[in-house]
Amino acid sequence: MADKVLMKGNEAIAEAAIQAGCRHYFGYPITPQTEIAAYMAKRMPKIGGTFLQAESEIAAINMVYGTSSAGYRVMTSSSSPGISLKGEGISYIAGADLPAFIVNVQRGGPGLGGIQPSQSDYFQTTRGGGHGDYHVIALAPASVQEMADLTFRGFDLADEYRMPVMILADGTMGQMMEPVTLGSYEPKQFDKSWAVTGTKKARKHNIVNSLYLDPEELEKTNFDRFEKYKQIEEKEVLYESYRMEDADICIAAFGIAARVSKNAIAAARAEGIKVGMIRPITLWPFPKKVFEESAKTCKAYISVELSMGQMIEDVELAIRCARPVHLCNRTGGMIPSPDQVLAKIKEVAGGLN
Amino acid sequence: MSMFNGPYRRVTLFAGHYGSGKTSIAVNFALALRRAGFKTAIADLDIVNPYFRTKDSRMMLEQNGITLISSEYANSNVDLPALPAQTYRLVEQRDFHAVFDVGGDDRGALALGRYTPFILEENDFDMIFVTNFYRPLTRTPRGALEVMREIEAAGGIPFTALANNSNLAHLTTCADIEATQPLMEQLSDMTGLPVRFTAADAKIAQGLLLESVFPIQLEKRYYDIQEEI
Repeated sequence: MADKVLMKGNEAIAEAAIQAGCRHYFGYPITPQTEIAAYMAKRMPKIGGTFLQAESEIAAINMVYGTSSAGYRVMTSSSSPGISLKGEGISYIAGADLPAFIVNVQRGGPGLGGIQPSQSDYFQTTRGGGHGDYHVIALAPASVQEMADLTFRGFDLADEYRMPVMILADGTMGQMMEPVTLGSYEPKQFDKSWAVTGTKKARKHNIVNSLYLDPEELEKTNFDRFEKYKQIEEKEVLYESYRMEDADICIAAFGIAARVSKNAIAAARAEGIKVGMIRPITLWPFPKKVFEESAKTCKAYISVELSMGQMIEDVELAIRCARPVHLCNRTGGMIPSPDQVLAKIKEVAGGLN
Repeated sequence: MSMFNGPYRRVTLFAGHYGSGKTSIAVNFALALRRAGFKTAIADLDIVNPYFRTKDSRMMLEQNGITLISSEYANSNVDLPALPAQTYRLVEQRDFHAVFDVGGDDRGALALGRYTPFILEENDFDMIFVTNFYRPLTRTPRGALEVMREIEAAGGIPFTALANNSNLAHLTTCADIEATQPLMEQLSDMTGLPVRFTAADAKIAQGLLLESVFPIQLEKRYYDIQEEI
């Protein structure tokens, strides 16, 4: 039999998390990510792990805080409104310099919104999401295989930089099924000497905390943390550059929007329009340099998004508004079609001549 | 090889692990019933799955003269596990050959329970367990059997047959399907149930060296891409 399995995106995240050594899952059900919780509920008891359906999202994220303080790999998952509820806890985790793996399978908003796919939590994710000066590393998969691969990477990044890492997927990524290969991940060793595991009277006690009584000390902590963020922006940027070698028009898109755009690019190329795509895989850190570089030759940009236009601001910033950036979008749970993107490409191409 | 050619009971139910391909099979089975000359209806009993529902095939079903009974909330933002009242017609008036697309796992099969007494009383049904041995939780006959027993307990109808729907989506080869045949035979031995058919994408079905092959046409999805991502 083939070594591949056929998985939903949500299941791929759950299985990859288990293979990454995560034995503690705390969550609360919400469509369209519930399969993550359902998978964990089935698997965790069989491998000596913990699956706990908390009484609320707020409780779940605080259980993540506690488990991470003890040095264990731990995760939670939710969808847009649930992530808002977790926002306070994520800020505490960032403030306490704890690793944590968080999944947001986005649905339409604002408010209770709807259960259909969306990318409208981009601002929330890339600007932090909760209160205070902090970032989460935001990973945006565009296939079920990437749902798994970025889960492995996410756990490693969280441990390496001691900070929250978030998968920013959308409902389609969570629900769609594709063949996946798992099992090639090699767990790395990380120093967890900071963990609150009991001193056994053999060492000074560790403290995990985000409260600072002295404002100068808090300021210094923030400065130090942003030094770390600077390193991450240097070292951890991921993106896919697609047919950019001769592109006049550059599409910026991530996740499901990038898949739709690929079909539109194929159709536009067949009509002789030179169009390519930069697909950010890390949304924070944003692939600023590759966009900036591309503006030397590209004449126009199209940001394809399932939102009212959020990533478009990062594209404009990255290219310092040197070229026009157009928006091609649907919102509220709707998805741009390849035809809609193609029409936009043609419209923009028409303006170039 | 040979193609599936019935039997066609008055009611055919498809249940299994979620993501095992029940909806694709149910839709294609309704088409087969119609081609065999029966007045056909298909009911979507899925109260679990938020996306990718029988309703995605509505136009195609209607064009083929098949009655679709589906929640008016399917594919909407209403996350409400409601079933339409017309579903009762299929088990009470019995004037259609009916296909039931049951929701995944025991949770999905729970919704079947309310129709169970009618179906058992009429006793002209085929309750088919759909399985894909490439799904992570049903990689083995034992894993599949666990799901089967949970569904039977929830839905109250015993399975009467098995259907092999092992596939890796667009990457599926004939060899991938044939490799699961021993597992299917084991499951058949463990349960004492016959294998009703082996489903395969119509594009490759002709090449299968198996008995009772059921070719299926797959709906193209908006996220399918021509080139590998």
